Amino acid sequence: MLRYAIRRLLFAIPTLLAISFVVFALLDLAPGDPTAQLPLTIPPETRELIRQSLGLGQPFPVRYVRWLEQFLANEPLNLVEVLFGIEIGDSEGRLRVSSWATRSPVVDLIAQRLPQTMTVVGVSYLVAILIAVPVGVFSAYRQYSVFDQVGTFITMVGFSVPTFFTGTVLIVIFSGLLGWLPSIYDTTHRVTDLASFGYQLKQMAMPVMVLALFSAAQISRFTRSAVLDTLHQEYVRTARAKGLSEPLVIFVHVLRNSMIPVVTVIALGIPTTFAGAIITEQIFRINGVGALLIGAIEGADIPTVQTVTFIFAGLIVFFNLIADLLYGMLDPRIRYD
Amino acid sequence: MTAKPHNRYTNSVLIFLDKEPSQLMPRLRTPILTALALITLAVAAAAERGTDGELKMLYWQAPSILNPYLSGGTKDIHAASLILEPLARYDEHGNMVAWLAAEIPTLDNGGVASDLKSITWKLRDDVVWSDGTPFTAHDVAFTAAYCLDPSGGCASLASFQGVGSVAAVDDHAVRIDFDVPMPFPYAAFVGSVMPILQQRQFENCMGARAPECTDENFAPIGTGPFKVADFRPNDVVRYVVNENFRDPDLPAFSSVLLKGGGDAVSSARAVLVTGEFDYGWNLQVEPEILQDMERAGKGEVVTAFGTLVERLVVNQTNPDAKLGDARSTYQDGANPHPFLSDSAVTRALSLAIDRDILVEAGYGPAGQVTCNVLPAPAVYASTANDWCLTQDIEFANRILDDAGWERGRGGIRAKDGVRLSILYQTSTNSVRQGTQALIKQMWREIGVDTELRNINASVFFGSDPASPDTYQKFYADIQMYTNNFDGTDPQAYMAGWVCDKIPGPGNQWNGSNISRYCNPEFDALAAEFAETAGIEKRAAIARRMNDLLIADGALIPLIHRGEIAARSLSLGGMRHNAWDATLWNIHEWHRIK
Repeated sequence: MLRYAIRRLLFAIPTLLAISFVVFALLDLAPGDPTAQLPLTIPPETRELIRQSLGLGQPFPVRYVRWLEQFLANEPLNLVEVLFGIEIGDSEGRLRVSSWATRSPVVDLIAQRLPQTMTVVGVSYLVAILIAVPVGVFSAYRQYSVFDQVGTFITMVGFSVPTFFTGTVLIVIFSGLLGWLPSIYDTTHRVTDLASFGYQLKQMAMPVMVLALFSAAQISRFTRSAVLDTLHQEYVRTARAKGLSEPLVIFVHVLRNSMIPVVTVIALGIPTTFAGAIITEQIFRINGVGALLIGAIEGADIPTVQTVTFIFAGLIVFFNLIADLLYGMLDPRIRYD
Repeated sequence: MTAKPHNRYTNSVLIFLDKEPSQLMPRLRTPILTALALITLAVAAAAERGTDGELKMLYWQAPSILNPYLSGGTKDIHAASLILEPLARYDEHGNMVAWLAAEIPTLDNGGVASDLKSITWKLRDDVVWSDGTPFTAHDVAFTAAYCLDPSGGCASLASFQGVGSVAAVDDHAVRIDFDVPMPFPYAAFVGSVMPILQQRQFENCMGARAPECTDENFAPIGTGPFKVADFRPNDVVRYVVNENFRDPDLPAFSSVLLKGGGDAVSSARAVLVTGEFDYGWNLQVEPEILQDMERAGKGEVVTAFGTLVERLVVNQTNPDAKLGDARSTYQDGANPHPFLSDSAVTRALSLAIDRDILVEAGYGPAGQVTCNVLPAPAVYASTANDWCLTQDIEFANRILDDAGWERGRGGIRAKDGVRLSILYQTSTNSVRQGTQALIKQMWREIGVDTELRNINASVFFGSDPASPDTYQKFYADIQMYTNNFDGTDPQAYMAGWVCDKIPGPGNQWNGSNISRYCNPEFDALAAEFAETAGIEKRAAIARRMNDLLIADGALIPLIHRGEIAARSLSLGGMRHNAWDATLWNIHEWHRIK
C-alpha cells in the first residue's frame, strides 16, 4: 500500500506540471486585460505604463518559468519560513506570486480566505453526508414507499435546481419577507460567546442549506442505488436465513459493503465542493476561495486565477489518490501491491 | 442641458437653505434664518465624536488595495478616501474647497504666479497624521515624486502633465512649477484620485518597489477621519475613528464597515428592502426594480450628476475588413469613412433617436437627455445643439433625401453604391443592449440598417494591442460607451480629440481620440484653450469645441448619466457628490435619531 501511494504521488508530478502549463497558457491566451476595469479618465499612455509595471511586457515563456519558480519554489520556501520562523537565503528579495489587483502575494489571499470556505463549505458537506446517507439507506430499504418517492422527488429537485436560484429564493423568503436571517455574510464576525455563536449559526444557515441540498441530493442517490445493489446479494439472504436481526443485517452486512462506491463519491466531491462554492459564496458575499476566484476572473487578475485554478487541480489529483486508498481499506479484496 | 446637482437627499435644514432667501416671504425671512442658524448651531454643538455606532456600506465591487495611486479603480479610490485626503476637494456643486490646504491659491491671493507658471499651496498647520506626526509640505513633495517615478505605474500620472517640479517652500507651503503657463493649475492634489501619502511610511516604496509594499498599500497612514482597523482585500474594510483627526467632534460614527462583492441588484436590496446596510454604491439597476424596492420604505435612491455622458462614438475612418491593417486607421484624411464622414448622415442619425425613451427604459432618475459631450459644469454646457433633444424622424428623413441618400432595396438608403449599413458595438451590459435594440429600431425608420454587436467589458475596455475587439481598435462604424473627466476643468478632456491623439499602430493604439476626428480648427482651439485664463473665456472655447465635435459628427451624445446610490433613511449628513468621491464628507455623516 505504501509503495503504491508513493508511486501514485510520483506520478502526480508530471500530471500537475502538464496541468500547470495548460492552465497558464489558456489563461494567458484568453482575452481580457487588467486595466479594462479602470475608469476611462485614466489616459491610454498611463494604462500602458501600468501594464508594464505588472510585467506584461515580457514574452510568454519567461513569464511561465517565472511563475513556476515563484509558485513551486519561492512559495513553499516562504511557507517553511513562516511556519518555523527561520530565514532561508535571501527571503527579502525572493519574489512571490502577486495578484495584479491587490499587488499582494496570492498565497496570502488564499490563506486569508480558506477558513471561511472551510467553515461554510466544510459544514455544508458534513450536513449533506449526515442527511444523505441515512436517507439513501432508508429509501433503498423501503423501496417504492412514500418515503422513497418523496425523497426521490426532493433529491431530484435539489440536484437539478442551480444554487444561484435556491440561494436567491432563500434570501427573498428568510431575509426579505420574514427577516429572520441576514442575507449578507459578515466576514468580520468573531465568535466570542454564546450570542455571537448564535449569530454565526444564523448567518451560516442559508449558504449551508443551499450547498447541503445540492450535495445531499447527489450523495443520497448514490447511497440508495449502492444499498439496493447490496440488498439483493446472496450473502444478505444468507444472513437473514441465519436468523440475524434486521438492524444487524442492514448496518453490518449491507452498509459496510455498499459504502465503497459512496466513499469514493464523497472523497471525489470534496474538491468539487470548492468549485460549487464559487456561486454560493458570491450570492451570500462570503469571502471564500471561490469568491476570490470569480472576482479575479472578472478583474482579469490572471496570476490569482492561475494560482487558484492550479490549487484546485492539485486538490482533485490529491483526493483521487485518497479515494483509491480508502477503497483498499474498505474492501480487503482490493490489494495494490 | 444644465446639470443641477440634486439635493433631495440632504436633511430638511439644507433643503431650506438651498432656496434663495428672497424666495421666502420677506417678512419671515429674518426670523426663519435666525431660527435655522440656531438649529444648525444646536446640531453642531450636539455632535460628538464616535457616538453614532457603526456605519455599514456596501460596494458590489470590493476594494483590492487602499493606495489609489497603484489602482485607479473607483472602488479603491473611494475606500481610500476615508483615510487619505487631498489638498482640495470638489463639493457637491463642483466648487473647489480647501481641504488640507489653508485656502485655494488664486491669482488674487498671490497663490498662483502672474505668469501662470507656478502655484503655491499654503497648508493648514493643525493637521497631523493618524500616527500623531505632523503633516508637512514635504509629504506633498514626496507624493509627487512617488507618482512621477515611471516604473511605479502610477494611475494619476496624467494629472502631473506639464509639472516641472514640486518642492516644499517651508513646512507649510508647497510650490508646483510648470513647464508652460497653466491657466488651470489645479490638476495635481485636488480630488480624491490624488491624495497625499505620508513620506515616512512610503519612503522605501518608490518606483518598482511600490507593489511590494503590501503592508503600506493595505493600511496607509492618513489624515482623514478614519483609519484602517482590518482590511481583507477584495472583501471588506473595517475602519475606526482616527483619534488624531483635526476636528475634535467629528466623525460621528465610531467605525465604518465597507463590505464588497455581490452584484448591484442585491446591494440595492440590502439597503432598500432588508435595511441591513446604510449605503449602497453605484446601483446601475433597471429603474423599475429600484422603484419597487424603494417602496419598502427603508431607504431612498439618490443621484448626482457630474460629467458622465453615454455617447455614440462615430468612426471617421473606414473600418472595412478588406483594408487589412489599414482598417480604422487615420491616414491624413486618405481613409475616410464611406458615409459617416458626411455630417448630414450623423445629423440625421442623431435626430432619429428618441432620447427620452432611452432614459425611461434604462436609466430612470439616473439619466437626463443631452446633446453635448460636455454637459457640465453649467458654464461649459452649450445650447447650440439642442435641436437633437426631441426626436424628428420626418426632418431626419428630409436631411438624408436632400443629401442624396435614396431609399433602395428593403427601404435602406444608398448613394453611389454605398448602403447606410452600420455595425454598432458596445460592451455587454443589459441596459446597453436595451439601448442598442431601441436605437436600431429608430434608425430603421430613416432607412438605416444596423447590425448589433456586444463585447465583454474586460475585452472591450482592455488595452491589449493584440485584441481586435477593443474600443481603441474600433473595428466598427459606431460604438457606445460612457466617459467623463476628473474634477471640473475640461481642458485635458477636450484636448483628447486633437489629431495627435488618434489611436493607431504607431502608438500601440493608445490615444484618446477614438473617433479618429481630425480638424485643424479644433486643434487650434485646443491650443488656445491651453493658454487662456479666465473662466468665461475658457468656457466659450470649451463650448465651441463641444459644438464642433457634434456638428462634424464625431460624437452623438445620448444621455447625461448620474451617479446613483442608495442610502438608509436613518443616515444623515450625506451630500452625494459626482465631482469627487461620494464619501468625500463622511466625517459629517451621522445617524438621524
